[in-house]
Amino acid sequence: MVRQLRSAVLALVIFTLLLGLLYPLTLTGAGQLLWPHQANGSRIERRGRVVGSALIGQDFDGRPRYFQSRPSASAYDPARTAASNLGPNSATLTSELRARLAAFLRRERPYDPALTAAAVPADALTASASGVDPDISLANARIQAHRVAAVRGLALSTVLKLIAAHGEGAAGGLFGPTSVNVLALNLALEAEPAR
Amino acid sequence: MTASGWLQILALVGVLSAITPLLGAYIHAVFTGERVLLARVLGPLERRITRLLAGAEPAGQDWKEYAVCVVLFSAVCWLGLYVLLRTQAIEPFNPQRFHGVPWDVAFNVASSFASNSSWQFYSGESTLSNFSQMAGIAVQGFFSGAVGLSAAIAIARGFANRSDKQLGNFWVDLVRSLLYVLAPLAIAGSLFLIAEGSVQTLAANVHLRTLAGLRQTLALGPVASQKAITLLSSDGGGFFGVNSAMPFEDPTGLANFVEMVMVLALPAALTYTYGRIVGNRRQGWALFGVMAVMLLGAAAVAYPAESIPSPSMRAAGVHGANMEGKEQRFASSGSTLSAVAATASGDGSTNAALDSFTGLGGSIPLANMMTGEVIFGGVGSGLFGMLLMVLLAVFIAGLMVGRTPEYLGKKIEAREIKLVTVGAIAVPLIVLFMTAWAISARYGLRSIFNAGPQGFSETLYAYTSQANNNGSAFAGYAGFVQPHAGNAGAHGIAFADLAGGAAMVIGRYLPMLAALAVAGSLAGKRTIAAGEGTMRTDTVIFAALLIATISIVALLTFVPSLMLGPLVQALTPRVF
Repeated sequence: MVRQLRSAVLALVIFTLLLGLLYPLTLTGAGQLLWPHQANGSRIERRGRVVGSALIGQDFDGRPRYFQSRPSASAYDPARTAASNLGPNSATLTSELRARLAAFLRRERPYDPALTAAAVPADALTASASGVDPDISLANARIQAHRVAAVRGLALSTVLKLIAAHGEGAAGGLFGPTSVNVLALNLALEAEPAR
Repeated sequence: MTASGWLQILALVGVLSAITPLLGAYIHAVFTGERVLLARVLGPLERRITRLLAGAEPAGQDWKEYAVCVVLFSAVCWLGLYVLLRTQAIEPFNPQRFHGVPWDVAFNVASSFASNSSWQFYSGESTLSNFSQMAGIAVQGFFSGAVGLSAAIAIARGFANRSDKQLGNFWVDLVRSLLYVLAPLAIAGSLFLIAEGSVQTLAANVHLRTLAGLRQTLALGPVASQKAITLLSSDGGGFFGVNSAMPFEDPTGLANFVEMVMVLALPAALTYTYGRIVGNRRQGWALFGVMAVMLLGAAAVAYPAESIPSPSMRAAGVHGANMEGKEQRFASSGSTLSAVAATASGDGSTNAALDSFTGLGGSIPLANMMTGEVIFGGVGSGLFGMLLMVLLAVFIAGLMVGRTPEYLGKKIEAREIKLVTVGAIAVPLIVLFMTAWAISARYGLRSIFNAGPQGFSETLYAYTSQANNNGSAFAGYAGFVQPHAGNAGAHGIAFADLAGGAAMVIGRYLPMLAALAVAGSLAGKRTIAAGEGTMRTDTVIFAALLIATISIVALLTFVPSLMLGPLVQALTPRVF
């Protein structure tokens, strides 16, 4: 028994050194060497300044010149990730959804008069699982395109073309739907000269 | 629902079927002491460590000696982690300067990770230093996975042995599990995840101004290396609070698919290894078939249930799939399949907020765990949990035809059936007892977040997940309330922390010890040649009987509690 206890302590110490320190430190080295961009958080720079991560959604604060991210239960804070955790039959969730639907229509309908409540996709109104979902659906982006084009003085076709160019779907949609990265799309917009 | 969503489900089972014989044969080679390719590199290290732990000539152990080592090693791991968490403030790699973890939370976390559950009442990014994450949390993924793997191999040997009582040597098995199975797979998995976008650094968080001019903080850390091992070992703990939903943990749809394969790969492969050990591959494939059919069944119910609006959405006039608590890059297909894979296996690392799943969709992860984690299950624990159910099925069939039940030519007698019953009943008892306690006491109700039946579902889910060592959650259920980042002023809901911690420890070791005892009892038993009246256990008919046994046991135990929570919500459009 004492012998086995000694072995247990020894095993814990030896393998904590090997697998608790050597393993992650070696991989940190390998990651930094092989894929430094990804290993450090896929940061995006603009004019020499980090403005975000390609993988992390951010708040565009309702500013009409930008495509807006999905609602977030964590105020888009990647250091405190959270979902709403509201249940499927939650009255609180219903009132939140109702308010978001009204706000979405108020924001987009002036630029897209044909827009109906039924046409608003679910991703535009529901809070994501991480609070920092970087993507929106194609349908969501196409609705917002009307507003962004009008505010920026761009042709709608130009903005729709940008959306199409930024649509990503893994392996032809097998591993997930075609989505648009909001930060990448907004950065591409900033580079687009006004009409 | 989309065609590609269904295709992804089939692709997952297809990939699993393809790698099971390859990985299973490799694991068999590792544990029969064949010189695998890696032994050329790691052989000297393996021999040196084994000599330190088990002496120059490791002796065979009977089931009791083996069990003593399992328990001692787990206890030492538990204590080591507890002390490390309490003292993280004075340890290195703490760029955010986090304080030590409070005692009740540390009790829950140590129980959680030593028992391969990885239930998380805390949020890693706002509670744990990088040192605690690497040398405390991530390394337990290796340890608890290796303990489960070793125990399963020992139990399989016991089922197979005809002449002696020995199950192998725990220290030899442990070292081989770590060096030849878990470490190489974890290294490969980490590199893949980094390439896909998972972060791997020891630098402090990045503070930046977003495109719209707002402040944002990117939380970084050694994520990929931890993610890989927690996926492979059925540990499933997330570096971040929302686990795989966080893009730094599960960056793309492709990464998500590979992560699901990583979660299921070892439990699936062990069915093949088992077939090899008992000398009849069909026995292994029969178990694989049962698991695969049940996985497909779970996905076939959950995916449609999550592809429609929830009652909350309908009441607000919102159309489309239930995307509350789901990520756009996975949509309802990848989110639901991940939930099914994470709860069928013992892993629990989901990429969506299960608390927001519809009544029917949310009852599937619950039901998966309520089978006792035998649909692939945890690494090792899934296999021996399933073997207990096999003996139960054999026993029931024996009663029906009036013959002494046999399995692999060995008579199954009163002693084995008593142990099987202990192993099969212990966990449901803990689940129901703890749930009842938690909802009938004021201090238990404090953990609940949602109103109405969902509050009961959260409680039921919490104790089902913890007692079955899964670790996924209806995450509204709180144990550890942390009002401010930087964990100053952190306090726990001590009842939930302690009750959950106890459930995880009992739920892990009682079934494992029962299964080891069954193996010890079967080891050395004479085998009888199969005759006319022998019921074969490698046929489709037996597989169907096994599925029926598992389902009936789970249903009889849990239907009343499911009706009180998720199912009642599935049956009503009302909001609460």
